[in-house]
Amino acid sequence: MSSLDTIPVTTEVATGNVEPLLHEIRHALKRLAGGEQGTTIDLKSLPLAPGEEERIEATLGTGEVRAEVDALGPTLIRETSYPGVWLITHKNADNAVVARFIEVTYIPELLRSQPEDIDAGIDRLESELRT
Amino acid sequence: MRKDQNLGEYLRSQGVSRRGFLKFCSATASLMALPPSAVAQVAEALAAARRPSVIWLSFQECTGCTESLTRSHSPTVESLIFDAISLDYHHTLQAAAGHGAEAAREAAQEENKGEYILVVDGSIPVDNPAYSTIAGISNLDMLKDSAKDCFAIVSVGTCAAFGGLPGAAPNPTGAVAVSDIITDKPIINVSGCPPIPVVITGVLAHFLTFGTIPELDALGRPTAFFGQNIHDRCYRRPFYERGEFAETFDDEGARKGWCLYKLGCKGPITYNACATVKWNQGMGFPIQAGHGCIACSEPRFWDKGGFYDALSTGDWGTREALLGAAGAGAALGVASAIRARSRKKKAMAEEEA
Ligand code: SF4
Repeated sequence: MSSLDTIPVTTEVATGNVEPLLHEIRHALKRLAGGEQGTTIDLKSLPLAPGEEERIEATLGTGEVRAEVDALGPTLIRETSYPGVWLITHKNADNAVVARFIEVTYIPELLRSQPEDIDAGIDRLESELRT
Repeated sequence: MRKDQNLGEYLRSQGVSRRGFLKFCSATASLMALPPSAVAQVAEALAAARRPSVIWLSFQECTGCTESLTRSHSPTVESLIFDAISLDYHHTLQAAAGHGAEAAREAAQEENKGEYILVVDGSIPVDNPAYSTIAGISNLDMLKDSAKDCFAIVSVGTCAAFGGLPGAAPNPTGAVAVSDIITDKPIINVSGCPPIPVVITGVLAHFLTFGTIPELDALGRPTAFFGQNIHDRCYRRPFYERGEFAETFDDEGARKGWCLYKLGCKGPITYNACATVKWNQGMGFPIQAGHGCIACSEPRFWDKGGFYDALSTGDWGTREALLGAAGAGAALGVASAIRARSRKKKAMAEEEA
């Protein structure tokens, strides 16, 4: 504990944005289940008080899948306890968060192998086999 | 990045996978305050983007704007955007100095005639141009020379956008904004003292992605970042609505995180993205640290009453005129950017009256 933590400051701040966001996720999930497209929510796009992002995370909980993508710094992808609701945290090479999204989808796009990367992989494998 | 390469080719040559590129696009779209649904469009445009030339001039300034940018928290995205532009002149960052550096600036202007982006931080002294010179060239002459063949100007910081601190009363150098001198080019004002670094990069990313001028408000600022005021996005707003104000910086209200209006917060009249984009790796912004907003992205914020005086007691009374002008509509493209500037002048004149 740093000495800063000993200063008795408490905040009882709530923007009132947490519940609407959770409802937005519920609606998006229903649309997905009904055969419509997925939804992405940029967590930076609405005002949240200190601690509210953590509240959203805690409410969504942790599900069965966790993945780490290593491309231009780590990206952490976690399915929440609500299947189809994913928390995506993009970090840079210095491990600082550059963007956070909630994706309501069957599988986040970033987890799929990309056609361009598959083509590059084929080239590499072929040249490997030639040598 | 080679001049004949587009950004997609450049990133592939650097070993960046499509996954990495998509991540870059997601972060860039978020940076530009675009909705996540725009990522595919951003990816397509960025992959084909060519490298624009950027010439950065620093006049009467404290280098805080450049510091803000170079200390910015997301080096991966920022440095990729910086790799993707050709920063041909920035006298604080470049190693060269003197006549050689000026010759390089002139060569870059000649080579990229009509296409380069001119970034300016700092105000321009016009009472006596000798107050600020670079390599013996007055700021006024250098600005006119570099502006004449540029595609657009980005005025970074409140000094370049509105005159800023050098222009504060009694304005000893006769400091003026870029838009007071250049009237025939689109000017994008990225105000703030300093501006939020990702807002500076966001504007460059917009050029890179779309090759156009972003939508601007009546003061020439990109609406993506300056379209809403701090107060509307402030997480302390529920306390304001309930009339729960901190009266001193260490009373019970302050400890409970109540509204800072009575301690001088200028959030209700300040347009900027601090409340959502935030500072220091997204850690917080002044109000979150317990200090009211000082309106640093607004014209002449230095001269409008004490930072710790409530808004109602300061010199902000004719703000309605400004708001009316802001509500008059946003502008797109070169012609409308120029129109926006004349609205800015009108708004500022009304405010002074
Ligand atoms: S702290 Fe400032 S911006 Fe936030 S609600 Fe109060 S007056 Fe508005």
